[in-house]
Amino acid sequence: MEKFGFFISKGRQINYDSNDRSIAEYIYEREPSFRRCIECGGCSATCTTGSMTKFSLRELHILIKRGENDKVMESLKKCMLCGKCILVCPRGVNTRNIVVLAKQAFQKSAAYAI
Amino acid sequence: MQFDPFVIPFNIGLNFILLYTVIRCVVWFRGLSRADKLRMQRGFFGTPFAQSLREIFLESLLHRKILKTNFRLGYMHMSLAFGWFLLIFFGTIEADVFGTRHLNAPYRAIFFRFFNPEHGRMGFESVYGFLMDLILAFVLSGLFLAIIKRFYSRIVGMKKTTRLKPSDKVALTALWLIFPSRLLAESFTCGAYGTGSFLTGTLGSWLASFLPAQQLAYPFWWLYSLSLGTFFILLPVTRYMHIPTELFLIFMRNSGIKTGDKTGSYSEVEVFSCSSCGICIDTCQLNTSAGITNIQSAYLMKAIRNNSNVAEIAHNCLMCGRCDQVCPVGIELSPIRMIQRRAGENDIAYKNTYKDYFRTRQITASEKPDISPVYNFLPEVNPDKADVLYFAGCMTHLTPSIKNSMVRILEASGLNYKFIDEDGGACCGRPLMLAGQDREARELINYNSQLIWKSGAQTLVTSCPICYKVFRESYYLDVEVLHHSQFIKNLIDEDIVKLNFLRKRVVYHTPCDLGRGSGVYNEPKEVLTHISRLEKSKFEDDKSLCCGGSLANMKIGSQKRSLIARDAAAELTRTSPDILATACPLCKKTFSSATTTRVADIAELVAEALIVSSVKRSTNKKIFSAKELAAIS
Ligand code: SF4
Ligand code: SF4
Ligand code: SF4
Ligand code: SF4
Repeated sequence: MEKFGFFISKGRQINYDSNDRSIAEYIYEREPSFRRCIECGGCSATCTTGSMTKFSLRELHILIKRGENDKVMESLKKCMLCGKCILVCPRGVNTRNIVVLAKQAFQKSAAYAI
Repeated sequence: MQFDPFVIPFNIGLNFILLYTVIRCVVWFRGLSRADKLRMQRGFFGTPFAQSLREIFLESLLHRKILKTNFRLGYMHMSLAFGWFLLIFFGTIEADVFGTRHLNAPYRAIFFRFFNPEHGRMGFESVYGFLMDLILAFVLSGLFLAIIKRFYSRIVGMKKTTRLKPSDKVALTALWLIFPSRLLAESFTCGAYGTGSFLTGTLGSWLASFLPAQQLAYPFWWLYSLSLGTFFILLPVTRYMHIPTELFLIFMRNSGIKTGDKTGSYSEVEVFSCSSCGICIDTCQLNTSAGITNIQSAYLMKAIRNNSNVAEIAHNCLMCGRCDQVCPVGIELSPIRMIQRRAGENDIAYKNTYKDYFRTRQITASEKPDISPVYNFLPEVNPDKADVLYFAGCMTHLTPSIKNSMVRILEASGLNYKFIDEDGGACCGRPLMLAGQDREARELINYNSQLIWKSGAQTLVTSCPICYKVFRESYYLDVEVLHHSQFIKNLIDEDIVKLNFLRKRVVYHTPCDLGRGSGVYNEPKEVLTHISRLEKSKFEDDKSLCCGGSLANMKIGSQKRSLIARDAAAELTRTSPDILATACPLCKKTFSSATTTRVADIAELVAEALIVSSVKRSTNKKIFSAKELAAIS
């Protein structure tokens, strides 16, 4: 196909019925501050890993909440748990625990068994 | 009279517990690594043995450390342990000297009065009887305190007391019954025969005045024997197992055995040595400031003993090390917690009292190791050569004033330095380690090590105690690792930088990972004394508080953290100093929002006090080592 410099993007409807929100529920239950996140992106801006890769904690939060978990596990592993995000978060979200809990949820969940 | 059926429960119990303890110790010994076995054998025949005996006397009997921390609590422990020991010791002598035979079976000493009711009428015998009564009174006074403590812990000077499991309750009741039943049994016998000293004699004759003492004595001797027997039989499955275990622990420790990083015999012995004294609970700021009362070391030890899932408890801790510092048994609490963190979630192996007698090593999930690298995105770097490396660390990047101050100081020093993570580098790896993810941490450690190694530096300076600790303990580096307070101290000592005096009253807060974690107490204070009026707080050196910001605790949220920070800051600024100084970017950040007093890192204060001479500035691009520079100036 010729490259015209543009392309047609795929449909972006989010179907909550078919998405798997179990990971999000697992986190909500154990770390209620997950609900407080306003997706401001402060964490992603300061992130140690984020300065070297496209890793973004804010994006992961959104994906998990939407239940689009496919790529999340691989991404999560990149976090170094350094804690910078906690210190900048304006909403007092316990971000590191969310990363750890999300990893745990994936490991426990049969659907994502490695 | 030589024997009576009532001694049977006691005999069974005593033989059982002696046999059990020996078997248990043999099992523990066999579980040691080869090197540790050798250590113990050597320790058993050398000076460590004498040291151990001394320690057993001072700590297991007199409870010197508890006495120092809390006199009333210490008295309670001492009167029970030391008193009971004296009772056995002098009882054995009494039976030997005054009894019909020498070298008696233990029961004849314990129940001496029953077999020799006529004893102690006059002369030396009655003096001895007085002594025995005195010891019994001593034990009873401790028991009295213990009972009060169970219901009103504040009277003993404790805010919280430990919670009990059912078998503990039965054993506790048996323990409580031992001495009162001895008192009543002896009193009735004395009352019937008109013997006994100030305690048993007086109580006995009073009781005999309106009760049939002769008939009542016998049931109480049964009760005494039964409660002793029950206590001994239940001992292995209750917290009282700490009594024999602690003795073994002392021998092990004095032979030079350390906890290590896996569950092993030693860590198990430590876990069983915890007496649930509760001192760690009162020391923990998660309890005193944040109101979390189920994760303290006493509960962790208990949960491990009970084979329950400890992951949640293990992770909910600041790793401040305050409890390690106060534990009178000297259990290495932080390493044990780290073992549990590494182990991850373990399935509850069994919940069965019977099986508790034959404990197997705690079963931890054997996860299939995932060896694919996680941080392969880290860029390959070829740093410039330098003599001194400065590694600010993630936290310092969020407190730019510390970073900038360090750059100013390094510039002023004229040393050939390189700021390796100026544009942000990888994390040092300690936060991952604290989360129990050693393998991932190793990746970061290898990456950073290469970076440091390639630069050919001799000195690595870091501003963050968290990085400092991991650089020193877990990196295999050929460089001298310095925290910036130590580095600045060297600069001052060698006259490389000149500083003004700031005329400010300063209180210094020792960061956990720098102080208790790495043993750096004096350098920061010496630097501060050099530039300001350093004042003492109530929380100096190893007693220092935790700011609450610790990355080691994954579980608590921002509110609890600020509660801890506020209390700690209030304590430290009680004398209203001009500046609350610290040596950690995380402490600075946490305290800044918790107090109105100015919070500053040592580096900032030094940078403020810096006298910048134009000569040195011009030399800062040349390559001088600290020594050469000292020679020039
Ligand atoms: S900084 Fe806090 S509120 Fe903002 S996106 Fe990150 S977690 Fe959410
Ligand atoms: S803890 Fe993870 S997500 Fe947060 S700043 Fe560090 S690397 Fe980024
Ligand atoms: S861990 Fe130490 S301080 Fe805490 S209850 Fe046990 S013996 Fe006491
Ligand atoms: S290390 Fe600190 S936070 Fe953790 S239990 Fe001990 S005193 Fe409490």
